[in-house]
Amino acid sequence: MSELPSTLAEAPPAMGPADAPALPRLLAGITAHGAMTLEEHFALHGPLPIVRGGGRKRGREHAAMLISEIERSGLLGRGGAAFPAAKKMRAVASSRGRAIVLANAAEGEPASLKDRTLLETLPHLVLDGGVVAAEAVGADELIVCACESAQAAAESMASVIEERGSGSSSSGHSPRLRMTSVPGNYVAGQESALINYLGGGPAKPMFTPPMPFEQGLRRRPTLISNVETLAHIALIARHGAPWFRQLGAPTQPGSALVTLSGPVAHQGVYEIEHGASLASLIDAGGGTTTRVRGALLGGYAGSWIGAERLHGVALSNEHLAPHGASLGAGVVLLLSEQACPVAETARVARWLSDQSSRQCGPCLHGLDALAGTLAEIAAGTAQPRAAQRIDRLASLVARRGACSHPDGSANLILSAMEAFGAEFDDHAQHGPCEGCARPPELPLPVRPIAEDSSRKPLVRQ
Amino acid sequence: MSHRVRVNPIACEAHGMCAELLPERITLDEWGYPVIDQQELHGWEVDHAIRAARACPTFALLVQRERATRAGRGRGPD
Amino acid sequence: MTLLAASGPSLYWYLTRSTGAMAMLLLSLAIALGVLDVQRWSTPRWPRFLVDSLHRNVSLLALVFLVLHILTSVLDSFAPISLRDAFIPFVGSYRPFWLGLGAVAFDLILAVIITSLLRARMGYATWRAIHWLTYASWPIALLHGFGTGSDVKATWLLALSILCLAIVAAAVLARVLAGWPENIGRRAAALGGTGAFSLFLLLWLPQGPLGSEWARRSGTPSSLLPHAQVSNSSSGSGR
Repeated sequence: MSELPSTLAEAPPAMGPADAPALPRLLAGITAHGAMTLEEHFALHGPLPIVRGGGRKRGREHAAMLISEIERSGLLGRGGAAFPAAKKMRAVASSRGRAIVLANAAEGEPASLKDRTLLETLPHLVLDGGVVAAEAVGADELIVCACESAQAAAESMASVIEERGSGSSSSGHSPRLRMTSVPGNYVAGQESALINYLGGGPAKPMFTPPMPFEQGLRRRPTLISNVETLAHIALIARHGAPWFRQLGAPTQPGSALVTLSGPVAHQGVYEIEHGASLASLIDAGGGTTTRVRGALLGGYAGSWIGAERLHGVALSNEHLAPHGASLGAGVVLLLSEQACPVAETARVARWLSDQSSRQCGPCLHGLDALAGTLAEIAAGTAQPRAAQRIDRLASLVARRGACSHPDGSANLILSAMEAFGAEFDDHAQHGPCEGCARPPELPLPVRPIAEDSSRKPLVRQ
Repeated sequence: MSHRVRVNPIACEAHGMCAELLPERITLDEWGYPVIDQQELHGWEVDHAIRAARACPTFALLVQRERATRAGRGRGPD
Repeated sequence: MTLLAASGPSLYWYLTRSTGAMAMLLLSLAIALGVLDVQRWSTPRWPRFLVDSLHRNVSLLALVFLVLHILTSVLDSFAPISLRDAFIPFVGSYRPFWLGLGAVAFDLILAVIITSLLRARMGYATWRAIHWLTYASWPIALLHGFGTGSDVKATWLLALSILCLAIVAAAVLARVLAGWPENIGRRAAALGGTGAFSLFLLLWLPQGPLGSEWARRSGTPSSLLPHAQVSNSSSGSGR
């Protein structure tokens, strides 16, 4: 089974045309010795534009300008939902009460490493973005939420917060900085689950309304941003929206971090510009080490694209939409040709079912039924019309949970059945194939299920 | 003013009274949980929907007025 | 005979006994319906919403009879029972302990019903926790009936009491056995408690309320006790 290393690949070559501003942006200046220090950070990026200088009115004006700039940049959230960042900030800023900002690095997606990488190597960039976002929405507190199993990331961020908290940052009304660890289960990073956990409850999603932007943590308007989104904000605040839009696609500007894994020479976190071709990303990763059967885009709530359709695939939501896929949290997971997509899908489906927070009947029962049916298909013991059962179950769970976990799981399963239709048919009729006997390839955490208090370290298999 | 029926899936414990009292809009899936027709309620259905929401032992059924507000006899989350 | 005619039973005395018995029966039925409700019992002719409504309405009806029972006993001039005795236990002058049990049961039932009427305004877990008090109120109410009731030796009342006991014991059994053996500690405790209570009744009743001179032993003010202990009639030794 491939081990997903937590090391960072070297900065990749520029992906765009030769005369365009080159990558890397976020990953610029990454060193081999761990986190970029404050001095290195300021040397590379320059100081953060000081904000709350002259009084409340000027502060509010500046905050509004910040949000407008981010709106002009077209930045979309990098946590998976691609929600316009400025729209979310505006909603928080206009809600009643003093806001709080949560920097979300919970990263429960097994095949994603970008968020912990950011905390580990670029904590100052993330904090800058958090501080800018806090000032834009009028928040007095910034809480960085790190995955409890990403110890290096948590330690790195904690020490940096201590460093900045001791007065080396801008004067005035900077937000209070805090870091906290959150459980690593799949749904813990969902917005309401994060609020639930930080509020003293379990790391399980809550029913909405009220939405976090109006009443979140401690009933205050809460801005929850993925740490990569905040990192982009840190650079937009310095260089402006036009600079940001010089890379990427018109509908999805700028650069993005992706986690490339599977049968490639160098698995790891890469920075691409939106719209870059999948082929160029794989090239940057040293090329594939074996033939590829398909690629999973977005994560375990994302979609498969079969090998025959991978040619010419470009990494932006606009280009992926015709394939029924989206970039999501930047997961690009390749599956080797030797692996069995049916067995792998069945295994992931069972894991997704176990990751249900078990609060909603349709998710709890539906995902279990889906996983069970897939296991039967993989084993060749399925009832006739098993595929129809899966279709029916998938539409039965859609939009009937408090969060989108069942929808994502159903989406993954349906896309696998479409991308690998022949293999699924073959299994239903003839049972397990040679690939089924191989060790599993898709990364899943190995640890006891469902207990939020579990503290065992994350091991990928 | 439009009304819609919605269920809080976390509070719902599949008692099934809602489907008995508003069968035009609510059916139960194979595990006993409500499948709701999300479209606007007709005028005459609103009273039945409110009665169904009151009957729910866990206050999981909600009757929502317009789009964003919670009206009717439902209990939202804290 | 003359003695009896001079201090004949008032209308209130009949009413307080009958409403008390009705309240006991309705409380027992409410508990049984509550168990059917939580067990999601239903048939095509008895849908879920019906069982649930019936449970709620029978409980309210039980409260109505309970309130009538209290009012009539207060209005009855024979025994010195004040309205305060209905709420505050053990401070009355008429059979203080046994009457006090009635006040305790009434307080518990009030808590259950008020929280149920205000359910929308409180957390579900809180409401549910208080609702469990019903199981506590029932045996207390039954003991109150045995301790204060004047008809306790009457066949009809004994039969009614046995009926109530059977209804609630069956309900508890059904509740405990469903989902066995989860939470086995609590379930075993419930079974054990029910069995112990039944055994206690079996042992205590004959030498308590069903025994001799219970009126005096239970704390009836001596001014109210009959001075001539002539008859051994089974219809109770004085009021």
